[in-house]
Parts: sequence; structure tokens; C-alpha cells
Amino acid sequence: MFKVIDKSIINTDEMVLNMGPQHPSTHGVLRLKIITDGEIVNKVEPIIGYLHRCFEKHCENLPYEQIVPFTDRCDYLASMHMSHAYSMTVEKLLDIKLPERVEYIRVIVSELQRIASHLIAVGAFGLDVGAITPFTWTLRDRERILDLFELLCGARLLYNYVWPGGVSHDLPVKFIERTYEFLDYFLPQIDEYNQLLTTNKIFIERSADVGVLPLDVGINFGVTGPSLRASGTNFDLRKDEPYSVYDKFDFNIPVGEGLMGSVGDCWDRYYVRVLEMKESVKIVRQALDSLPKGDVHEVLPKKIRPNKGEVYSRYESARGDVGFYIRSDGKNIPTRVKMRSPAYCNLSVLNEISSGWMISDIIAILGSLDIVLGEIDR
Amino acid sequence: MISIVDTILDSLSFINIDINMLLLVAIILPGLVLFVLMAINVMLAVYFERKVAAFMQDRLGPMEVGIFGYKGGKKFWGGIGQIFADTVKLLTKEDIMPAKADKLLMLISPFIIVTGALLTFIGIPFSKGLIVSDFNIGILYIIAMSSVGVIGVILAGWSSNNKWSLYGAMRSAAQIISYEIPIGLTLLLIVIVCGSLQVSEIVLWQSENRWFIFHSPFAFIAFFIYFISVVAETNRTPFDIPEAESELVAGWMTEFSGFKWSIFFMSEYANMLIVSIVASIVFLGGWLSPFKIIHLSFIPETWYLLDGFYWGIFWLMLKAIILIFVMMWFRWTFPRLRVDQLMYVCWKVFIPFSLANLFLITIWELIF
Repeated sequence: MFKVIDKSIINTDEMVLNMGPQHPSTHGVLRLKIITDGEIVNKVEPIIGYLHRCFEKHCENLPYEQIVPFTDRCDYLASMHMSHAYSMTVEKLLDIKLPERVEYIRVIVSELQRIASHLIAVGAFGLDVGAITPFTWTLRDRERILDLFELLCGARLLYNYVWPGGVSHDLPVKFIERTYEFLDYFLPQIDEYNQLLTTNKIFIERSADVGVLPLDVGINFGVTGPSLRASGTNFDLRKDEPYSVYDKFDFNIPVGEGLMGSVGDCWDRYYVRVLEMKESVKIVRQALDSLPKGDVHEVLPKKIRPNKGEVYSRYESARGDVGFYIRSDGKNIPTRVKMRSPAYCNLSVLNEISSGWMISDIIAILGSLDIVLGEIDR
Repeated sequence: MISIVDTILDSLSFINIDINMLLLVAIILPGLVLFVLMAINVMLAVYFERKVAAFMQDRLGPMEVGIFGYKGGKKFWGGIGQIFADTVKLLTKEDIMPAKADKLLMLISPFIIVTGALLTFIGIPFSKGLIVSDFNIGILYIIAMSSVGVIGVILAGWSSNNKWSLYGAMRSAAQIISYEIPIGLTLLLIVIVCGSLQVSEIVLWQSENRWFIFHSPFAFIAFFIYFISVVAETNRTPFDIPEAESELVAGWMTEFSGFKWSIFFMSEYANMLIVSIVASIVFLGGWLSPFKIIHLSFIPETWYLLDGFYWGIFWLMLKAIILIFVMMWFRWTFPRLRVDQLMYVCWKVFIPFSLANLFLITIWELIF
């Protein structure tokens, strides 16, 4: 008739779920080994290295000037930040004092790049929680920034624009007018994103109180950038250790306040980025207003051959604290280049904040950390 | 003219053949017509959805593929040829099956799903009398048949031998079974009021009295509970957790390709049409003209009423298409709910509300 099932043969093990490297929402080629109990996630183990391109080894075989395009390819969503951070380090090594105009142009392009990068982060986070339209809207507006960069240097993604000792071209004709036009156009768009996504009830349900990153855990794991600021600190290198000419501008550091849930949840990490875009608009406007005249190639070195020594500098990129360490033996090739990747440290906290949540939440938490695999693997 | 089967039987009765043969003809003929209708429906609906999505996302949608007048650099008809391009692409695609998959189950699961969708159409009218068979238990039949698909979904998810598919299938099963309860309860409310399960009787009641959505506050609430629940039952955003592309790749249809996948697609859009038509029939007066509420004594009623068989098709389709548009609007606006939030909405919000609704409408009926 019917058999009595032997209870001992029923396995109620945890299931290992392999997410990626080919998965729609791992933001590139990240692989996550998820140990699940039904829908609940017990442990997440990020496995990286699928986009490793030997950046640091390449640097040991290339002259200083030729490393700049490689830095662009690290964080391909914020190329300007990477080349700016690298150039700053080389300038520190060479001890160059840059003309004012170069610094202003660098601030303008960096902040435009920050807006572009945060647009991707905001849109892709919407995509991760299932809203498709915000992503196309943010890409539409990012396109305008890419148009500006195309006008500036001819490239739309990997610019090779910021060089050690200067920038490749001066601002082209009409660039300033078109940037003003963009800023006027862009500010109302932020309110539109807020109406469509930020204040959406379902979006708040999905992101508020999810994946809360306590401040002490964040600091212990070395999380930086908007992801840390969402946990309630205003640590920002632009204010705390002002490089370039950031000390001349008036802007605020948005901090997560837990408006919809608790401080440091996914919603906060998302909203800090939205607010940072507004601040970047303010900075660009101030920089354009007070742009000094001058020659951008004035101190551009013909050949870079620094003295023996080592140097480390920090830079606030769209993802956090980028650090470049360069050691020179007095040749035109660096002996060692090491890059501190902010997204790498931000990703390391994933397991800490996502165990106990559901699979859908892992996607949301990962999206809110805003990683770029090119920078993690290098 | 009561139903299509009756009409065919009547008009063929002069031929002197066996009654069983006659029945076979009367069954196969509407079936073929329905299948063709569904194929056309999915083609048009996909094009419509792409255009709606493009409209909401500030882009143009399909614009390149034309059918006529394409030469000379002139684009024609806003890329309407995309419909045929998509169809040909899907039907000629290679059918891939994973090596460790359960071949038989994987083969039959698309057909179980599409059979459920097509069988539902037997009880779905397109106008007055334009229904394959007008049973006296029509609404019950529609509810029963629309839940056949979930068996196919579970089989599809299990047979693919893929963890994402399994997750999708389990989520889908839980979701469809849960949301059937509020759907059944809200439809029961209408049945209580009009006293019949027959589709034509329900519309007749509305033509004699008023549309059910305006019947009482409870029926008004019931319409929204019904509509949101059917959005969940057809796996559309914000309830598309079974196929959630950012989480589960493509949910239970991850491993399906080519023709089998296009059958899934066909049944998805067929289900959308079914639930929209049922919503229009039950709550929005079916094939009745919306101008019936206007009373102008100085103009003859036939001039503005626009009622009748052919206008009936128009009005019913118009109402259904508006509801389908609203579903697409949802999809391109909202994020997705999480699986526990979805269950919360069903079990803790919709079911208590529809039970209370059911109780209150009986009191309403006793008083008025």
C-alpha cells in the first residue's frame, strides 16, 4: 500500500547557490557563493578575480605617462577620478605645483564624473529592486555628461584626460555654456527621480531597514565613500584632507539620517548618492563661476623621472577612498604601484551585513554598495 | 444565438451526419480560432508593451523594421514589422535542453500552461453570444481553469534541474495559489449579488441595473482587490517575483528557449487578456456601452448608445485593453516586492478585506 518514509534519508541541508559570474545583477563578473536555507541567506562569500587584468604588474613595466590609460580602465564608471588620483600621486612624487586653471578644470570634470557615476549607481539600484524605468532615465541624463566629456577630449568612457602635471586639452569652445545648460537641466531631474523611485512605497519597503551597516562595522572593514557616510559619519576627503582646490568651494557632505528606516540601511546608501549629486552640481557651478585663466600645459613635464622615494596619496572617488602608493627608484618606470580600491573594501562587508536576509535583499544590498568589478579586480 | 458551439450545431444540422462527428467539428473549429487569436494577441500585445515601455522610458521603441515602403530610406508604420521579426526569430531558434534535465517533463510543461490558458477561453465571451460555450457555471470554470497553469510552472521549474528555476517555480506556486483566494472571494461577491455564475447572466444583471463597480462601496473595493490580485496571478510587476530578472535570471523559464519559451510568452499574454476581460465582464459591464448612463430625451437612443453585437466587441476590447495598459503601466513604474511582502499583502490584507467585503455585501443586499 504505502511505505513509511524513513526520516533519516530526508536531507534538510543548506543549499549552496552559485550566483554569477554570469548573472544580471552582480554588476559585472562577481561571483557570489550563497549558502541558503530556503530563501534565507546564511552566508555570502564573494569570489573575485574574473576581471583581473594585472594592472599593478603592468605599471611596473610602463613609463609614468603611459600608466594613465590603465588607471582609466580600473573604475570604468569614474575614469576621471582614477586618473586624477594617480596624477595627484605622481605630482606629489615630482613635487609639482599646478596652475590654478588646471586644478579648477580637474574639479569640474571630477564632479561631473561623480554625477555620472552616481547616476549609474542610483539607476542600477532601482534595477536591482525591479524598477526598470529609473535606469533608462538616469542613463538618459548621464548621456548628456558623456556628451560634455566627448566635447572635452573625444572619448565617452575612458578619457585619458587628466595627466600628471596637467590635463590633455584646455576646455573647448562652448564647453562652459553647455555645462551651465546641463546643470540647469539636471537639478529638476533629481526631483523627478525622487518622485518616481525614492519616495515610492514599494521601493521604501524593499530598501529601508534592509542591510543595515553599523558605523563601527563599516569603519572596521574599511568601508569608505557614500556607503560609509550613509551610516552616519561625514568622513569625506574633500573636506577632511582637502586636495586640489576643494577647500575653496562651499558644499555640504550628505550623511545618512535614517529618514525611512534606520541609519545605514540600503535606502540611506541610495539617498546619500542622490544628495551628493546635488552637492556636485553646486561645486561645478562655483568652479565654473570662478574659473581662472591660464595655460593648462604650463608645468606639464616632458619626461617624468622622479627622484628615489615613495609616496601615498588619497582621493575621494565616487566609491570612496582611492589610494595610490608609488615607489620610485629614480627611473622613468615606477618600481611598484599599489592601488587601494574602495569598492574592494566595501564589498568585503557584504557577508557581515547580509546574512539573515533573503536572496532578493542580497541583490539590493550589493546594489546599494555600488561596486565596480574593474576596480576590485584591477 | 447563445454560444458559438450552439450556432455551429444549428447551422450544420441540415447535413445528415453522425452527431458525434458534428460535435467534433463544433469543438475543433472554435479551438483553432482561439489558438490563432491567441497567437495574434501575443504578437500585438508584445508590440504594444514595447511601445508603452518606450513611451514611459523616454525613447522610441521599435522603429526600424517596416513591412511596406521600407526602401528609399523611408521608415514605415513605426517598426510594425518587428512583430513578424520577433515571431520568426523565436520560432526558428534552437531548442536547447540541459543535459541533466528531465526531458519529458520539460517538453510537456509549456503545453500544460498554454492548455490552461486556452481552456479558459471557452468560458470567456468577446461580445453578446460570442462565446464558445456559455455554461451555467462560467465564473467557477474560469477560476478553475486559470489555476491549471501552476502545475505546468512547477513542472517547468523542477524539470530544468536548475536552482534558479526551482526558486522561481516554488515562488510562483506559492504566489498563484495564494492569490487565487482573494480572486475567488471577490468574484463570489458578484455572484451573491446577481445570483448566477453564468457570464451572460452577470452582464444581463448589469444591463438591467448598473455596472457592478458602481453597485456599492464594497463592490468598488472588490474591483481593486480583484485587479491587484490578478496582476499578481499573471506574474506581472510589482508581483513578478517568480521571474524577477534581477534576482532569479528568468525564474522558472531560465532554461527554456525557442518555441517552448514563446509558448510561455503566449500564455502569459493570453492570461493578461483573460483577466482583463473577466474584470471588464464582471465589474465594468462587459459588452455594454458606457453611454448607457446618459439620458437625453431629445435624441433617439440608438444614435448615441452604440450598443449591439459589433459594438459589443469594441466596448469589451476597449475596456480590456485599458486594463492591460494599466498593467503595463504598473510594470514600467514600480519596483518589485519581496516574496514575504507579497505573501503579507495577500494573506493579511486582501483575504481579510475580501472576507469582510463578502460579509458586508450580504448585509447591503438584505437592506437594499
